[in-house]
Amino acid sequence: MPKDHGIGAASKRREDVRFLTGKGVYTDDMNIAGQAHAVMVRSNVAHGRIVSVGTAAAEGMPGVLAVFTGEDFAAVGGNPAGWLINSRDGTPMREPKRPVLAHGKVRHVGDAYAAVIAETYQQAKDAAQAIADASVIEELAAVVNMADAVANASNRVHDEIPDNLCFDWGWIEDNRAKVDEAIKNAPHVTTLELVNNRLVPNAMEPRASIGEYSPGTGDYKLTTTSQNPHLTRLLVAAFVMGIPENKLQVVAPDVGGGFGSKIYHYGEEALVLAAAKKLARPVRWTAERSESFLTDAHGRDHVTKIELASDKEGNFIAFRTETLANVGAYLSNFSTATPTFLHGTLMSGPYKVPNVYVNVKTVFTNTAPVDAYRGAGRPEATYSLERVIDKMCRELGLDPFEVRRKNLLTPDQFPYQSPVGLMYDTGNYQATLDKVMEMADVTGFEARRAASAAKGRLRGMGLSTWIEACGIAPSNLVGVLGSRVGLYDAATVRVNATGNLSVMVGAHSHGQGHETVFAQIVADKLGVPESSVEIVHGDTARIPFGMGSYGSRSLAVCGTAMDKALDKIIAKGKKIAAHMLEAAEGDITFGDGKFSVAGTDKAKTFGEIAFSAYVPHNYPLETLEPGLEETAFYDPANFTYPAGAYICEVEVDEGTGKVDVVAFHCADDFGNIMNPMIVEGQVHGGVGQGIGQALLEFTTYDENGQLLTGSYMDYPMPRAEDVPFYNVDYSCQTPCTHNPLGVKGCGEAGAIGSPPAVVNAVIDALQRGGHTHVTHIDMPVSPSRVWTAMNA
Amino acid sequence: MKLTDSRDIRAEPGIVWQAILDPEVLKACIPGCQSMVGSVADGYEAVVKQKVGPVSATFTGLVHLTDIVAPKSIRISGEGKGGVAGFAKGGANVTLEPIPEGTRLSYDVEASVGGKIAQLGSRIIDGFAKKMADDFFTRFQDAVESPEEEPEPTVAEGEADSGADAPKKGWFKRLIG
Repeated sequence: MPKDHGIGAASKRREDVRFLTGKGVYTDDMNIAGQAHAVMVRSNVAHGRIVSVGTAAAEGMPGVLAVFTGEDFAAVGGNPAGWLINSRDGTPMREPKRPVLAHGKVRHVGDAYAAVIAETYQQAKDAAQAIADASVIEELAAVVNMADAVANASNRVHDEIPDNLCFDWGWIEDNRAKVDEAIKNAPHVTTLELVNNRLVPNAMEPRASIGEYSPGTGDYKLTTTSQNPHLTRLLVAAFVMGIPENKLQVVAPDVGGGFGSKIYHYGEEALVLAAAKKLARPVRWTAERSESFLTDAHGRDHVTKIELASDKEGNFIAFRTETLANVGAYLSNFSTATPTFLHGTLMSGPYKVPNVYVNVKTVFTNTAPVDAYRGAGRPEATYSLERVIDKMCRELGLDPFEVRRKNLLTPDQFPYQSPVGLMYDTGNYQATLDKVMEMADVTGFEARRAASAAKGRLRGMGLSTWIEACGIAPSNLVGVLGSRVGLYDAATVRVNATGNLSVMVGAHSHGQGHETVFAQIVADKLGVPESSVEIVHGDTARIPFGMGSYGSRSLAVCGTAMDKALDKIIAKGKKIAAHMLEAAEGDITFGDGKFSVAGTDKAKTFGEIAFSAYVPHNYPLETLEPGLEETAFYDPANFTYPAGAYICEVEVDEGTGKVDVVAFHCADDFGNIMNPMIVEGQVHGGVGQGIGQALLEFTTYDENGQLLTGSYMDYPMPRAEDVPFYNVDYSCQTPCTHNPLGVKGCGEAGAIGSPPAVVNAVIDALQRGGHTHVTHIDMPVSPSRVWTAMNA
Repeated sequence: MKLTDSRDIRAEPGIVWQAILDPEVLKACIPGCQSMVGSVADGYEAVVKQKVGPVSATFTGLVHLTDIVAPKSIRISGEGKGGVAGFAKGGANVTLEPIPEGTRLSYDVEASVGGKIAQLGSRIIDGFAKKMADDFFTRFQDAVESPEEEPEPTVAEGEADSGADAPKKGWFKRLIG
């Protein structure tokens, strides 16, 4: 029988009660007495020199309280990149300042160069338009296409960066000659050039920020849509505004999705704080949907050439890639880590391939900044690998299932040192491959294909075997690799006098369900009801510290910190129990919510121990502090390595080119499962986003850098009819070896493994349908692209 | 976007040329043009009201006439700011050559839009620009051709639907004739 509470139970998400009844409290829901409204003045051109800002136009307009321009922030710091990358020649990356408001030049459509604060939103909006109308911005030729950006040194996004390159990174540079040699001598080389399409994150809740300032104390408060309030505090306080951290509280209340885009600090957060101080009033800003399209950090946008060297039987010998990765106009906080250490280090996949070399050139363009988006580098790596492997199988006439099977690492090879720097701790990739083939009834495919053909539709099946690295760590290693932050997390477990618990965690939940899952773990470990555990997150004044939620890290890193704090609680509880039970501490055992003297029926409940800790009448005060509250920080020894195998089946309408995903099967290894319902939900969401990338979503800028897909009229998000009923399995479990919960992370898996499975299925359908000249179609595999490819 | 086309106009090149340089002609022929003041040398300030898909806006901006080679070729270019809608800009290289029926007017038009009009209206912008150019040159043709040489009136009325403010045919010809 499945568990009904604690670890492994499908406990219903407690946060959904408020989310589904409209009782969530998001930043924009908060109304604060005396608040004023900020509206940003944004560039209409992708690249331009700011000749004059028409601030005078707003003066005297009704309700206008203040106007800010780039000049006002010229003296404060820029929004920094969080990861220093060195080029192949050892030179550090180019790191142009990213100011709060553009100064001198505007560098993408939507780049804010002024801001208005007014009594009402409408007044601020009118004044912002008046400033825009009165401003003179001399339009310059836009740098849009990455290849052109690198080739034409005369047209520069940043005047001081001649070739528009941020860096030219090689991984691992020492492997380069060996890989080149292996490819030169290989019996077969498959080459594929592909585009990993740029995506707009489209969190349901747009970004919003409220700044407050208390003139009496000098304290600031920022309420904002953040995935990691402590990181935002660090960036705003220490790097941009110069506010002491102990004078700035950052609150990230209910947040309606992030997918990466709300990891980063954005200029609007600094603006509302500066304005709040200037006016001594709360100042609020909420993005319109158009602003989200223009200014949220976008995802992906790689152009890659990948080569796979193999023997004629399909045994992999080497992978080599050359990638242009778009960082947009400015470096967003993790934009330099995403195409490098979250991408290059995964380029050997789950395979026993000895030779891998990755080259990534990151390019500045006059487009919105690009940064980590659900999967972040790993979808790009997986897509390149799984597409080129699929192409190789066709070129050599090999079965894609058998080629995967013979190249996958085997369970006896762990721990496995990959040729691109990672140490995989554990896995069983054959198990997930077997499982997904069983789930998908691979042997019955021919009958299904014939049935589709009878309806006049081409059916195809696509496979993807993927691996990712989650819970990026350890801090001392990432520090060597260029990270400017630590990547640990923290939790405080506070047992209240009456035995219920407040658990303050550094991870931030913006849809994931931490409030439910973390409570399950606490309840399981302490033997208390889940309902007696409250999870507190998203407020720097209430939680100890934390690096927030991204990279599928919350459970593996913060969950482990919480687990370690619980260990401390139990250890202290044993001391209290030993005193109360007049026994030696070493004889006290803890289980089922009771501290017992081993071998006797003498016991105290967890509640009795908690009460004694706060009402210490019978307590070892000489040797033990009263109270029962413990904090733990945890810095993981390694990444975790979720992996899996996905099979997609599609039907293609030969007349229109429209692709329908008719089946999608996932066999994942996430290690131990804390809440299977939430895991399934995460996989559903991730695969849905992956199908969106594969079939629908394409962020398009024209040659002048104008965003043409700036609304839902032109940017298609996947809808219910675009996705199938998912078939999800997580029974193949190799628990992580280096965290006590044995968990690996499941938040990004679906978005990583699914796009190549979809595209492989489409190519398979076309090939089986006689369109054998079609070997690749770039995402999104839209009806127009499929039709054009078929009829080429 | 770019488009290239030509029209045969039943009027001599000299008349066509005069018409191009006349601000009243430009005002009458630019669809949605509400005012046009200025001169050939200094350019014209124009106000144009248009609706592109979901975006309605009044564009204000300058129209310049450059590269003037009378009576053979000219470049007409302009840029309009539409406030919250964004901006539109473009130009047309126009050449005239005599043909037995009158004048062959050829044009290469390039146009671009920016801001909200690009973000929301990109699907329809090519069609919109083509229609703007078609309307402009249809009106221009109508203005300079003689009314007595007018083809079937039913066709003319059908064309007139594309712009309710289109002037009567041949008005410029009558003005100077």
